[in-house]
Amino acid sequence: MAKVLMKGNEAIGEAAVRAGCLNYFAYPITPQSEVAEYLAKRLPEVNGTFVQGESEVAVGYMIFGAAGCGERVMTTSSSPGISLMSEAISYIAGARCPAVFVNIMRGGPGLGGILPSQGDYFQATKGGGHGDYRVLVMAPDGVQEAVEMTMKAFPLAEKYRGPVMILGDGLIGQMMEPVAFPEDLTVAPSNKDDWATNGMDTRKSTEKNLVKSLFLDPKQLNDHNLTLKAGYQRMKEEEVMFERYNTDGDYKVLIVSYGTMSRVCKTAIDMMKQDGLEVGLVRPKTLFPFPEKAVFDAAVKESCQHVVSIEMSMGQMVEDVERSVKGRRDVGWYGQCGGDIPSPEEIISHIKSLLKS
Amino acid sequence: MGKTFSKPEALSDAHTHYCPGCTHGIIHRLVAEAIDELAIKGRTVGIAPVGCAVLAYNYFTCDFQEAAHGRAPAMATGIKRVRPDLVAFTYQGDGDLASIGMGEIVHAANRGEKFTTIFVNNAIYGMTGGQMAPTTMPGQRASTAPFGRDTAQTGMPMRMCELLSTLATPGYVTRQAVLKPKFINKAKKAIKKAFEYQIENRCYSFVEVVSTCPTNWGMTPQNALKWAEETLLPYYPLGEFKTPEA
Amino acid sequence: MAYEHVIDDERCKGCGLCVDVCPKDVLEISGKVSPKGYFPVFQARPDDCIHCALCCTMCPDVAITITGTADENKKEKIKET
Repeated sequence: MAKVLMKGNEAIGEAAVRAGCLNYFAYPITPQSEVAEYLAKRLPEVNGTFVQGESEVAVGYMIFGAAGCGERVMTTSSSPGISLMSEAISYIAGARCPAVFVNIMRGGPGLGGILPSQGDYFQATKGGGHGDYRVLVMAPDGVQEAVEMTMKAFPLAEKYRGPVMILGDGLIGQMMEPVAFPEDLTVAPSNKDDWATNGMDTRKSTEKNLVKSLFLDPKQLNDHNLTLKAGYQRMKEEEVMFERYNTDGDYKVLIVSYGTMSRVCKTAIDMMKQDGLEVGLVRPKTLFPFPEKAVFDAAVKESCQHVVSIEMSMGQMVEDVERSVKGRRDVGWYGQCGGDIPSPEEIISHIKSLLKS
Repeated sequence: MGKTFSKPEALSDAHTHYCPGCTHGIIHRLVAEAIDELAIKGRTVGIAPVGCAVLAYNYFTCDFQEAAHGRAPAMATGIKRVRPDLVAFTYQGDGDLASIGMGEIVHAANRGEKFTTIFVNNAIYGMTGGQMAPTTMPGQRASTAPFGRDTAQTGMPMRMCELLSTLATPGYVTRQAVLKPKFINKAKKAIKKAFEYQIENRCYSFVEVVSTCPTNWGMTPQNALKWAEETLLPYYPLGEFKTPEA
Repeated sequence: MAYEHVIDDERCKGCGLCVDVCPKDVLEISGKVSPKGYFPVFQARPDDCIHCALCCTMCPDVAITITGTADENKKEKIKET
């Protein structure tokens, strides 16, 4: 497969096009505005639709309207913008429309900073919006994975009829890496006639479709939520993705880390291995559904003394790690979130201090 | 002499939840008549607001989406951009359009999105129990303006037709009323014209309809019609503010 | 062509807007409560009705319809269900 050197943001835009998503609505925000700039030029080449909305609030609802018509649609934003879209994400989940959101995380809370972070883990996986909904969240560790996950996101969104999020960070958005666009990840759109407001003539039907999330009757609302929950349960059974690194041997410490942070951890692990210190890594690739079993199994290995969640945040994924480990090992956190990325040396120093204690 | 009159096909058989004498029912019917006459039901998608008309999707027989409060113009933008062949209309009240949704309506109109907005202006918030709206008149009582709207604190009522007609992007902007049959017939023509502009892919179309809310105004339906004509129409004058030709 | 003026007293909410617009003073609010709990309108003077449909135009509930019928002797009736 031919590889091309691309900036992450642009590669994500191209991935959407290759996946057959030709509709993009977005609002500029650092560090992901290049996606919009790229697609503003690229989409006209494929007769696609590009709209810069007036705010992320509006963009979230443009996505909803377009998704409600059964068309593939994507938006990208960064942390504060995703906060603004969170209500729309709740509506989209409640109305069961497929849509793809990409969050290129930056520092927070509030205006925060424009450098990379992993501070939106809670928002992505526990819901930034209201109500009983979950979002299928995939976290790439680089540009190639960002491309593959973006391409997978569309059929996944259609399979579950809900929002799917790619959780990247400013590093992935800005860095340039060689990337290939796998053709076998292009999946034709599913038929939406059952539910989409794509026009009765289009469906050759005399029955209207409603895209709505309001259920005033309590039993109807409960039943609706049970349907959503069944979908999330199925996600847990079928969509968990993770990677194990250096877990074959007798590692003393287990690191759990995702995204670009995990790459630094891998470097640290390689360096420690050369010094005779074995450390293993489980890298969640889906943050929801979280690889609970994989983390548990890796944590309870006899040699493993400590588990540490290493994140570019003040400790968000660590709570899911604790939950997964079920008290069988000490679980700690290490990280920074101002935009400086912990270096391999800093990680090694922390691991060694864990083992001394 | 005489004529027949029947329920349009685009209107469902459902009995509405609207209060007795509420003019939503008249406006729904006019929209449905336009849809029938233009034979577009099979490719029409309505977008219901949050407000009394939140259940509007139960009263029409075409596809419908339900928007978050104020966001219908953004949803309509999404629909028209991905399916320009569909006819999309938003149906919004004063809170939905002129308060929380102000950003969305101004920008959709300014971009010239090719959908149609029916704006029901009854100078109050109905569904939530009679709070002040951006369109509430000076001195008019509302549950959050119990002593009457004080313009020193809250500013003057907002005139959406006037505001939107200042945009340089071409569009059809008109204010109508449904306070008596003469007005209703004109409103029907304007609504149909608005949809025709959309079908021609010509421009954004906006039809404000001065309406009543007998329940929250604390009046009988008949007195509400009278009060609207005497107090609202002088401030919200009827007419065409902008056409794409001009 | 003769016309039949039909009031659906299950749709009528007794708002009275039609009473005011009728140019021939045909309509009145009935004293008999409907299944929905409203007092619907009825034609008190049906012979004066000119089937102008102003009442239909004003009605928010499409409670009044006018059908065209060949039978000139058909009188107005309130639909019973």
